[in-house]
Amino acid sequence: MEAENKPTGISRRTVVKGAAATLGAAAFARAMAPIMNWSETTSLDEFVQKHYRELNSQEMNDVLRRLERETKENYGADVTINDIKPMQGVVFGYALNLSICIGCRKCAEACHKENNHDRPSHNAYIRVLELDQGSMNLENANTTYTHPVPAPGKYYMPVQCQQCENPPCVNVCPVEATWQEADGITVVDYNWCIGCRYCEAACPYHARRFNWRKPEISATEINPNQAYLSNRIRPQGVVEKCTFCLHRTRVGRLPACLEACPTGARVFGNLLDPNSEIRWVLENKRVFVLKEELGTKPRFFYFFDV
Amino acid sequence: METESQPVVHSEHRINYPKFLWRLIVQATEGRPLYYAWMTFLTALALVGANAWAQQIESGMITTNMTDQVSWGLYIANFTFLVGLAAGAVMMVIPAYVYRDRDMHDVVIVGELLAIAAITMCLMFVVADLGRPDRFWHMIPGLGRFHWPMSMLTWDVIVLNGYLLLNLHICGYLLYTRFLNRRPNPAWYVPFVFLSIVWAISIHTVTAFLYQGLGGRPFWNTALLAPRFIVSAFVTGPAFIILTLQILRHTLGLQVTDKPIATLMGVLRITVLLNLFMLASELFTQFYTGGTHVTAAEYLFFGTHGKNELVPWIWSSITMNVIAAMLLLHPGAGTKRWLLNTACVLVFFGVWIEKGMGLIVPGFVPSTLHELVEYAPSMNEWKITVGVWAAGLLVYTIALKVALPVLTGKISLSGTSNTAAKP
Repeated sequence: MEAENKPTGISRRTVVKGAAATLGAAAFARAMAPIMNWSETTSLDEFVQKHYRELNSQEMNDVLRRLERETKENYGADVTINDIKPMQGVVFGYALNLSICIGCRKCAEACHKENNHDRPSHNAYIRVLELDQGSMNLENANTTYTHPVPAPGKYYMPVQCQQCENPPCVNVCPVEATWQEADGITVVDYNWCIGCRYCEAACPYHARRFNWRKPEISATEINPNQAYLSNRIRPQGVVEKCTFCLHRTRVGRLPACLEACPTGARVFGNLLDPNSEIRWVLENKRVFVLKEELGTKPRFFYFFDV
Repeated sequence: METESQPVVHSEHRINYPKFLWRLIVQATEGRPLYYAWMTFLTALALVGANAWAQQIESGMITTNMTDQVSWGLYIANFTFLVGLAAGAVMMVIPAYVYRDRDMHDVVIVGELLAIAAITMCLMFVVADLGRPDRFWHMIPGLGRFHWPMSMLTWDVIVLNGYLLLNLHICGYLLYTRFLNRRPNPAWYVPFVFLSIVWAISIHTVTAFLYQGLGGRPFWNTALLAPRFIVSAFVTGPAFIILTLQILRHTLGLQVTDKPIATLMGVLRITVLLNLFMLASELFTQFYTGGTHVTAAEYLFFGTHGKNELVPWIWSSITMNVIAAMLLLHPGAGTKRWLLNTACVLVFFGVWIEKGMGLIVPGFVPSTLHELVEYAPSMNEWKITVGVWAAGLLVYTIALKVALPVLTGKISLSGTSNTAAKP
């Protein structure tokens, strides 16, 4: 029956169809309107920006200046964003002494501030697990304790990115937005990540975080010393992670979490330097890594002193 | 009647193909009041979804109830299910082309178009799940950086788009030649049909590998995942098509005998039982072995540490699948349509839960640091989900609406009153 109504000239039916199509298009435009508000916050330069590893130094410079300008516009803060490269002959390692960690979470707090995390969510790259003495079963761990520490019968295990030698998160990324640098640090190009969160599913250590919204942080609280691959304020909708504070450690300083630790439980250094403290710990302490059976080969080590 | 295949002058297509498309557009916008009502209804729902998605883009994915612990939710759940539905459509193609079942061959396009609609929905769900859909081009080989072959997600991009193109080509070619009243040249479509059979298996296998390959997620890290995906695909595909064939018979006047329905029921009878068998095997391995790797299964089936959000979901799913299996085993299922139809509806929703809330979410609970964070979709997630389904059904409805009259010769180049009978 449909075919016999073949339109000849402009019939009433055609007019009705045209009206319906116009109405539909208008309704669609109205429904999609919020996207217009959002697109005003994303520049064309950002949209067409190349992958980190394809930018030459001039292009990189333009990107860094643009990001500084945008931070000023959006957050009202004057910041310096650098692109800091790995040092030759350095592979970073981290060790943590479980015997003296008291679970105070100063490391997580330092991370929160150093890395310009979203303030309302209290985000940080470190989670401190409270475990029962006599068990290493993470199943019974508590991450949300609020009582004074150290609590009797408990010990504490801070967990952050393990900077794996064989990182599952890097393998799964469909667009190479995350990779391992020469000094062993796995980084994310926040301007290349598409936000699929496959890496978040693949990481066995819950090391990755997603920016569920635009981070909120007041201008006075912003740490102005920033790097492209680490603590610059992240865009909405991308994944981020611990970078061993590469904006500090690649210029000879220590990670913020280490400096904040009141008990000296943390040891950081160059795994390739035989005289480093981290090498001494690995050679003289009974050291273990988390979830060794998964074959991820962490460069984050735990040890007991006694 | 069909004319003999003739050497085709290429310039001819420049006129005929636009004509073909125009006739399809006209056909898609003509119909009975019921058709208009259905299309308006779907459009309205799709618009609600589009609006919810636009809000998600503006405010960020904070509008969902996903967290860093449960980082995939309703979108990826539906995506996984729909890959299965797309693959399941091959259960019409195999009888039609491998076993040369004439009756099935006459209606096989219903399955092929379903594959197109389902893959379209899959792609929409993936886009809905992206934090930065504006950077979608980063995934285009050549333009962006396509992390192939390491990332299983790139494999999924290839197989899903490949399957979509294969089915678009097969349907498009057959419809166009039919429109021209020519006999289709087997060289131009039969090899693609056979390729699409293998390809159908690959789409659900690769999708299973996405999850199966993650060592940090013991709930997914099982070799049974891919086989189970395939079997459940062969549950939902036939179930959906059995229902669709009957609906089309009433609405678009599809000429379909009872034979294809009986064939699909035969498939369904077996796959429903196989699916339950695999469930039993999984339950046995999990609970007899015990240990800490069982927490996710414990949480899913019984709840743990006072958290039990998923328990009602999974038991509804199991109940639906078991009842459907019993209905299908009932001798009356072959003759009593309501028995069969009830079973089809039950398994469809049963597997939807099993492949979605019952598979994706418990993969994240407990988290890799054993935190028990629960997840229930937000209103905005439901809106987007309903919107994508509505858009998918729009695609499917339009595709069927235009394809069936072309196949039966009601729409052809030579006119509207073509009397071409089916071969």
